[in-house]
Amino acid sequence: MTLATYILGILAALATLGVVIELLRRRRLRERHAIWWLGAGTLALVIGVFPQVLAWAASLIGITAPTNLVFFVSIAILVLVSIQHSSELTELEEKTRTLAERVAILELDTRRESPQDRD
Amino acid sequence: MTIPERTLIVIPAFNESASIASVVAEVRDAVPGATILVVDDGSADATTEVARRAGARVARLPYNLGVGGAMRVGFRYAVDHDFRQVVQVDADGQHDPRHVPALLDGLVGADIVIGARFAGAGSYRATGPRRWAMRLLSAVLSRAAGTRLDDTTSGFKACGPKAIALFADQMPAEYLGDTVEALVIALRHACRVVQLPVEMRQRMAGQPSHGPVKSAVYLGRALIALFFAYARPVVAVRSGGNSA
Repeated sequence: MTLATYILGILAALATLGVVIELLRRRRLRERHAIWWLGAGTLALVIGVFPQVLAWAASLIGITAPTNLVFFVSIAILVLVSIQHSSELTELEEKTRTLAERVAILELDTRRESPQDRD
Repeated sequence: MTIPERTLIVIPAFNESASIASVVAEVRDAVPGATILVVDDGSADATTEVARRAGARVARLPYNLGVGGAMRVGFRYAVDHDFRQVVQVDADGQHDPRHVPALLDGLVGADIVIGARFAGAGSYRATGPRRWAMRLLSAVLSRAAGTRLDDTTSGFKACGPKAIALFADQMPAEYLGDTVEALVIALRHACRVVQLPVEMRQRMAGQPSHGPVKSAVYLGRALIALFFAYARPVVAVRSGGNSA
């Protein structure tokens, strides 16, 4: 590994963490959604600063090429986050559905209560 | 016959301005005294205006939710305004409102009465995968209900107070949710479901969905709907509001 790739790894991790923390600070991201990205960013930073951690972890579970462990963990995190998002989307749809239904009833009730608009 | 004043006829309608006026008029002739609620499911046409002019109350959904969403509006409205019976009638004219009094009579001994196509009356025939799907749904749900249910995907249904409270809280918005899964939910909440043979008519407007690929897809979706309907936990009814 050259010095340039070493620095690139650290900078990428720092940039990710920086964006996540800034979004959290401006309340553009809720903690419950940020936790995955904070975890992933911290992990990337640790491995960026101490690449030997990656080599050690890979040999521990018997992976010959340590980069494969990076790919595996990255993809696993992305898949889990996507599933979480689908689930939250479903929850939001159910909430907007309930709101839409309530609005329909409210509108009908107010319409029937105001005499000038009575059908 | 059961007191029509406490009866709500719910007509879910999505772009049905061509047929809604005559359906409303027919329902009023068939069940005088009942309140008619058209739920406009986010139509782009004049469904709301036409239905209002025909004399129905109209609840307008701000966007399309599907039959399950429209029907939950109806059941919630029934709970809020103290209706004791709810009858669902389709806006396309295929349900003959003259059967409604008989469906209401059936509620004396049941929580849900399904107007069923295959049970003797009428001449509806399905073929291929669609027929297998309907047979399978019928077999599973008949067993669960302890009585024959030939037409589990019929939208022509009358519900009593117990089913109204249940569906005002839990009425799935998914595909087949308002028919198959709703029946599974009702049966798992110990509702008594029976059927009444009715003759269905040709739709006044709109096209029926058929074709071999479509009916194979239908079979798959029916299986998935049935599986998850039983896989889901039974949730107690919250009388205060909808689950979300």
